[in-house]
Amino acid sequence: MTATIQTLEPIERPPTTMGSRLDGELLEVSMGPQHPSTHGVFRMNVALEGEIVRKLKPVFGYLHRNHEKIGENTTYLGSMPYTDRLDYFCSMTNNWAYALSVEKLAGIEVPERAQYLRVILAELTRLQNHASLLGFLLNDMGAWGTPLMYAFREREKILDLFESLSGSRMMCDYMRFGGCRCDTPPGWMEHARKLVDAFPRFIDELEKLVVGNEVVIARTQNVGKLSAELAINAGITGPMLRSCGVNYDVRKVDGYGFYPRFKFRIPLGAHGDTYDRLMMRVLEIRESVGILKQAFEQVQAGPIMNPKVKIRAFRPPVGEAYGRIEAPKGELGFYLISDGGTNPYRYRVRPPSFINLTVLEDLCLGHTVADVMVILGSVDIVMGEVDR
Amino acid sequence: MIGMGILQGMAVTARNFVGSYFEKDRLITVQYPEERNPLPENYRNFPFLPYDGDDPHAGLRCVACKICEKECPPQCIYIVKSEDKKPDHMGKPQFYPKVFDIDISVCMSCQICVEVCPFEAIKMDKVFELSRRERFDALLLRKSDLAKSNEYYHSICPTDATEVDAKLAEAAAKKKPAPPVAPAASAPTA
Repeated sequence: MTATIQTLEPIERPPTTMGSRLDGELLEVSMGPQHPSTHGVFRMNVALEGEIVRKLKPVFGYLHRNHEKIGENTTYLGSMPYTDRLDYFCSMTNNWAYALSVEKLAGIEVPERAQYLRVILAELTRLQNHASLLGFLLNDMGAWGTPLMYAFREREKILDLFESLSGSRMMCDYMRFGGCRCDTPPGWMEHARKLVDAFPRFIDELEKLVVGNEVVIARTQNVGKLSAELAINAGITGPMLRSCGVNYDVRKVDGYGFYPRFKFRIPLGAHGDTYDRLMMRVLEIRESVGILKQAFEQVQAGPIMNPKVKIRAFRPPVGEAYGRIEAPKGELGFYLISDGGTNPYRYRVRPPSFINLTVLEDLCLGHTVADVMVILGSVDIVMGEVDR
Repeated sequence: MIGMGILQGMAVTARNFVGSYFEKDRLITVQYPEERNPLPENYRNFPFLPYDGDDPHAGLRCVACKICEKECPPQCIYIVKSEDKKPDHMGKPQFYPKVFDIDISVCMSCQICVEVCPFEAIKMDKVFELSRRERFDALLLRKSDLAKSNEYYHSICPTDATEVDAKLAEAAAKKKPAPPVAPAASAPTA
């Protein structure tokens, strides 16, 4: 058998507005998987007319690791460290989503302190994810390095917190069914509180750096417009959906964890363009800082693990459950079917960045190649989660 | 006015640039091999087997129950259980692992083996300078590489190690009143 090279389907020639083309044919360009701004091993087959994108076909699967099948062949607990590797920027929220669905499946209660810690860790994850996304997005726009280094400086502080709590910067593997693995080391809360109090300073600085910048405005406003109808129909979630003005946040809709106990607002965009998506992250960081401040006031000492949960030979009852949370990138859900054994019968991940990526072609059509990179950056993908 | 945004941004960059020379909390470069940042106590990297007493083989707490082998998500632990019992450091005859291998090229330091172990026999290490010239054998840690003394465990995780010692002492004290003669009787034979 010979290897076949994947190509685009034959394209009908679209009506061209530029008369003086060489021969009017579309040029097929393969962007990625080694392109520096495709955020990992992501490839796009782009059909170009001059510099304008006429057709775009995402190709993924380069980072496929058979996550779901591995999940069906290991114990429930054994899948927890693998969830860290989905969206490796936000392992804490991945842990929470998986723990939540298993807790739903087995009907496990979570102690109060663990719930607060989960909220704190999820919001810290949101801070560092959004901060580094802003850095990457500006990097794609040509602001080489500077905003990204500022963002990574702040991210590093949060990762240090994660390391002193869980033992690892990125592969935290911290949450367990019915609580969290270990309590905070002495002084951790004060350290975290200080960091959160100082965080708005970084956001002010970043806003000064980019938000009023004429180049950023020219590159992002009216680029990659997403309509609310298309976003809802395509199942887009997270900041990308809210930038179109759709008020949908799982934290408010489901009220999972202790989120109903906190006062926070959901920022909404109006245009659904790249600028709105960028600003959505800035505003969400500000709201997250608010949630964190409330959580630090409310959290009390107490047990961190539900003592009834067995660590070895954990068998949830027969049934199925879908647990979802508002991860920084959108709705992250785990769908589990249990047949009463130690392994799940079916283990399915609903990854936000994969589903948010499905509208990429609609966002990019009619824009230039340079804009494709900016639009892709604003979708906020992590290939570990897209390919699984 | 056009250009104001860019100028404002440049002011931020300039402030950061100057600050990187003077702000104390930003002078963070560490000359790595000579200087090191202290690791947090919870830091974890690859498991090891703590042993009590002086003999790394007799002192192992592991009784080859194979729970960690079964629960390990990437299946990097390989254990062969002994057929005979040998006295452990307390003199009590126990099964022991004839072979205990951990393939650290597969291990992902998830700590699940530590959590499921009922005997406190496997703990997380803090070593990270493990680069090797070979791909296969050098990254397969044998029982003799994995066995490290309890004092070493105290030196890397003082809080945890003290807790574990207290727990083991309590368990030993609880066991003693029930068969008070058995350990005394087995001691001379061993």
